[in-house]
Amino acid sequence: MTIDSAAPKPNWFSRLAHPGNFMGWSRPVLWPLGIATALLFGLGLWFALFNSPADYQMGETVRIMYVHVPNAWLSQFVYGAMFVAALGTLVWRHPLADVAQKAAAPLGATFTALALFSGALWGRPTWGTFWEWDGRMTSTLVLLFIYLGIIALWRAFDDPLRAGRIVAVVTLVGALDIPVIKLSVDWWNTLHQPESILTASGPKMPGSILTPLFVMMAAFTLLFLLLQLVSMRTEILKRRAETLSRQAAARPA
Amino acid sequence: MITGSAETVFIVWAYAGVGLVTLALIGAVWLAARRVRRRLAALEAQGIRRRSAA
Repeated sequence: MTIDSAAPKPNWFSRLAHPGNFMGWSRPVLWPLGIATALLFGLGLWFALFNSPADYQMGETVRIMYVHVPNAWLSQFVYGAMFVAALGTLVWRHPLADVAQKAAAPLGATFTALALFSGALWGRPTWGTFWEWDGRMTSTLVLLFIYLGIIALWRAFDDPLRAGRIVAVVTLVGALDIPVIKLSVDWWNTLHQPESILTASGPKMPGSILTPLFVMMAAFTLLFLLLQLVSMRTEILKRRAETLSRQAAARPA
Repeated sequence: MITGSAETVFIVWAYAGVGLVTLALIGAVWLAARRVRRRLAALEAQGIRRRSAA
């Protein structure tokens, strides 16, 4: 038996996520993903603005939900993806894990900022205020600061491997905020409405409102996947360019 | 369909703000990708290639 045949074979995920393989399979995916995202946004906006009813309590302002909820969902989903990537960095030392983490942080920060912005604009006509220091809003603001801290940390180190490990630890610690956001409406009396989609008894909304909401959530989620793939490719190429620059600097004149 | 109401201004601001920031995010990601591709092309034009690609 040779050493090669005795070595464990990489599984499909490891092969797929190898930086070289990733650059190969991700490129042809970008255009179809972009087209699917644009189509879903077109359909979702048509539903949201022209083909959905006003709410019996909130009136027309319910339409803000179709941009607020997808961004709020992504603010937590992106952090969940970064949490898995942080485990990939620290536990499995996966070569793409820190690339995925670094690419996702600015996207997550933007979606979180948009959730806060659209939430404030929804809050003014429904609650009478743009902002209230209640559990859901404050914990979401804390999430934005965690994202910004992670982005700043990435920029503080020249060595991406060292930065990746430190950011991974901070990401794991920062994940404590996610259950706080999720459960804040149950733990504290807040202005924010309680869970109305993922409940034990099913969604508390009619289909005419759920349909545009799910289409917009799918559109924003595909947009995140598209931007994540492009950003990961950019980060891999950036590291390749930095290696080449070092190679050039070391070359005899 | 939206009917004219006092709240319309909040709906317009929400969609306009989210739309503009989302487009800016797409633009920033695209510009960063283009910048790094050009940097890599410039390095390769100088004959600097990865050892594995040599």
